[in-house]
Amino acid sequence: MRRRGPATRLWLDLVMLIVVGLVFVVPFAFIVLMASKTSQEAATFSLALPSQFRLFSNVWDVIQFRDYRMLLALWNSCLLTVGSVVLVVLLGASLAFVIQRRTDRLASFASAMVLTGLIVPPAVVPTIFVLQKLGLYKTLFGLIFVEVALQLPFTMLIMRAFLASIPRQIDEAALIDGASSWQLFGYVIFPLLRPAIITVVVVTAVVIYNDFTLPLYFLPGAKNVTAQITLFSFMSQFTNQWNLLFADVLVITIPPLLMFMFFNRQLVSGLTSGSVKG
Amino acid sequence: MAQLPAKSGDATTRPKTRAASKKSPYSYWFYVPSAVVFGVFFLLPTALAFYFSLTRWTLFSSTFIGFKNFVYFFQDPQLSLAFRNTLIFAVLTCGLKVVISLPLAALLTSGLRLQSFFRNVVFFPVLISAVAVGITFLTLMRPSEGIINLGLRAIGLPGPDWLGNPHLAIYSVALVDTWRGLGIATLIFIAGITAIPKEYFDAAALEGGAWVKFRHVILPLSRNATFTVILLAFIGGLRTFDIIWTTTGGGPGFASDVLTSVVYKEYQAGFYGLSAAGNVVLFVVIMALVYPLMRFFNRRELEL
Repeated sequence: MRRRGPATRLWLDLVMLIVVGLVFVVPFAFIVLMASKTSQEAATFSLALPSQFRLFSNVWDVIQFRDYRMLLALWNSCLLTVGSVVLVVLLGASLAFVIQRRTDRLASFASAMVLTGLIVPPAVVPTIFVLQKLGLYKTLFGLIFVEVALQLPFTMLIMRAFLASIPRQIDEAALIDGASSWQLFGYVIFPLLRPAIITVVVVTAVVIYNDFTLPLYFLPGAKNVTAQITLFSFMSQFTNQWNLLFADVLVITIPPLLMFMFFNRQLVSGLTSGSVKG
Repeated sequence: MAQLPAKSGDATTRPKTRAASKKSPYSYWFYVPSAVVFGVFFLLPTALAFYFSLTRWTLFSSTFIGFKNFVYFFQDPQLSLAFRNTLIFAVLTCGLKVVISLPLAALLTSGLRLQSFFRNVVFFPVLISAVAVGITFLTLMRPSEGIINLGLRAIGLPGPDWLGNPHLAIYSVALVDTWRGLGIATLIFIAGITAIPKEYFDAAALEGGAWVKFRHVILPLSRNATFTVILLAFIGGLRTFDIIWTTTGGGPGFASDVLTSVVYKEYQAGFYGLSAAGNVVLFVVIMALVYPLMRFFNRRELEL
């Protein structure tokens, strides 16, 4: 299969290293360098190494900025992410369970309905109207429900693809042993969905944590801001302090990177079983 | 069947329910939580958008004005520019992602020494938020001191004002979006290529080198992955808001506005009916373009 000589491959490796380095590594290095400089040095926007390594004091300055607003923002983002992910996993798993196992009209209707969510753009202003009627506008709760509704299609797709690989004989065995349908789902199917759940947790956590649009619409006001919105507002507040702005970029980018590095392997296998063969 | 006795009030219906539930242990109750959340927070607003797009609307009261919002939408030169930009952005990002990521995925499955390092680095931008990417590229794309233009000048090319030139801004943002989304597309292609049975590669290896492998095995046999990437990237491109808002904010002026940024601006300005109309226009555009594309792809799907 791999018939290329070692010399060709080394050549390819080098070319790739240069291209990937320029296109992808330089912007990362740039973020870290900017975050480590003094404000005067950062204002030159160069790739030069900092004369003094200021990363930690810059990060500390950003954290303290405006009464520790960033910590509050990270906490809000954390609540939003955890709440939405837990809910979307529970709802998505039970929905996929009944959609995949049943083959009646309702199941295919439900599946078609949910999958429109992958295509149809969310109607944001009418959603504000609905949230307001329910008394959920400008609350984290309301935002969580909207995030869940928007992540449900993807979750259902991944879970359904995975459920197809769990044989029905397992269901039958559990039912013969006297399990109710809830017991079958809760004690047998849900634990077996583990790989799909990991995929969904990582992907939706990253998407929701990084989400900018929905908090912008649904959580106006200083108290409820999320990490992304805070970062966006810092753009205009740190006009001459690029070092601090990039320190903030760095801090806010770290949680998803950690999550990815931790779950890298499971994520790739889970995604591929859903997206290509699904 | 521990759950059943709760429903057993009526003696005549009881055996029937039991028989039905014996037939299917997959209770309809599993639908209910999802149906409520999805119905209330997605389907209902989508339906309401159609109604409110025909009104002058303040969130508290609405007056029916027929199709005036839509007439306004298409007469206003700024709004029709947004319409054009949306299409340019979606087609360009989708095309670039496919054209770059398929060869990239082929390279990243060909056994390079640093393969896993490359895969990770290409995927990392996917994990960075639009705001962080926006801030980074606003800085990298600065006309005089930005690193991109410094690099271009070093090799003797003129560096344009990427985000400040009204004729260029939307294309520059499309490049940034491609940078950000390339990792997903590449991941899907890698999965598609990995799923190709090994015999095809063996046969190609007998016929010739890397080009034969790419042209006659990878290109035709990763067709399903190509469809997935095109659909995801195209829909994503039509719906993009965040990366535009964090880089140009639709500017300079209105030069890089797309439908979603117009929807947001109208909302900010308090024209909720107009904003809802923008949503409906976007809905119609997406349905009109994506649905036929999906049908077309579904018919051509490949069984490996």
